Amino acid sequence: MDPLEIGGKAITNRLFVGTGKFSNYNLMKEALAGAQIEVATVALRRVDSASKTDNIIDFIPDGCIVMPNTSGARNADEAVRIARLARASGASDWVKIEVIQDNKYLLPDNMETLKATGILAKEGFKVFPYMSPDLSMARRMADAGAAAVMPLGSPIGSNRGVKTRELVEIMVREIKIPVIVDAGLGRPSDACECMELGCAAVLVNTAIAISEDPVAAARAFALAVKAGRLAYLSTLPVESQEAGASSPLTGFLRDG
Amino acid sequence: MILKINGKSETIDKKLNLIELILHKSLVPEHIVIEHNARIVPKAEWPGIELKENDNIEIVSFVGGG
Repeated sequence: MDPLEIGGKAITNRLFVGTGKFSNYNLMKEALAGAQIEVATVALRRVDSASKTDNIIDFIPDGCIVMPNTSGARNADEAVRIARLARASGASDWVKIEVIQDNKYLLPDNMETLKATGILAKEGFKVFPYMSPDLSMARRMADAGAAAVMPLGSPIGSNRGVKTRELVEIMVREIKIPVIVDAGLGRPSDACECMELGCAAVLVNTAIAISEDPVAAARAFALAVKAGRLAYLSTLPVESQEAGASSPLTGFLRDG
Repeated sequence: MILKINGKSETIDKKLNLIELILHKSLVPEHIVIEHNARIVPKAEWPGIELKENDNIEIVSFVGGG
């Protein structure tokens, strides 16, 4: 598979995986390792010293890039604060900007996300803004120094697929930095669809983590992402309203 | 001495520096990041930060997330 040059790295596996909602860290590790995941997101939270929990970083396979998100941020300042704390851990200088005020649909605030993107890119972070798909905003994110843009397919955790297909497709055609669909992908075929459109990668969490068999689900998504990428590189033909025979239209036995 | 730790007031009955507070709470230094009065403090500086009345401390770590 052709490598994806992103955030100063070359990545082979274009399926990024979120680490939330797994029933336990061992299962998460098995899913990440089994699907040879190279980028995994994590969240940052206050420690609860009353409950002893394992360190999630110990369960992310060696060599896998850790991409902290800024979930919980309601504005740019909070996102910047979370990103700086995350980088201070030494885990990574990649950050997925997530700025959300809307608790019903968890839709991102593009303006605040843009502001945080500009600040953090200047500080040397590799910034991946999670955003509502919008061409003008994506251009501004790129100008502000984003490493990629991450438009949503449908609301986080909704498993509804690429409801934003038309807008994502326009972004892929017009934006020079990688477009990574994040959120809402419920089936491997959704991930494949994104890759066929020319997206650089996809990020999946819920659909893998809450499946009956996350290890198998992660592999299924990884295979679908590969299939979609290969299909995109092969330049799929355009749709036609009429049939076009696959078999020769000459030499029929009935002739003569 | 009253400290604000992760948004909650806590009474500590002896003098502590940052690393002593972490060990007092049975936390693993490698797993956490600390903000002390709105400044992120590198681990090497933890032993030199003596805690004072009303200090505001945030202790964070990574968890699963998308």
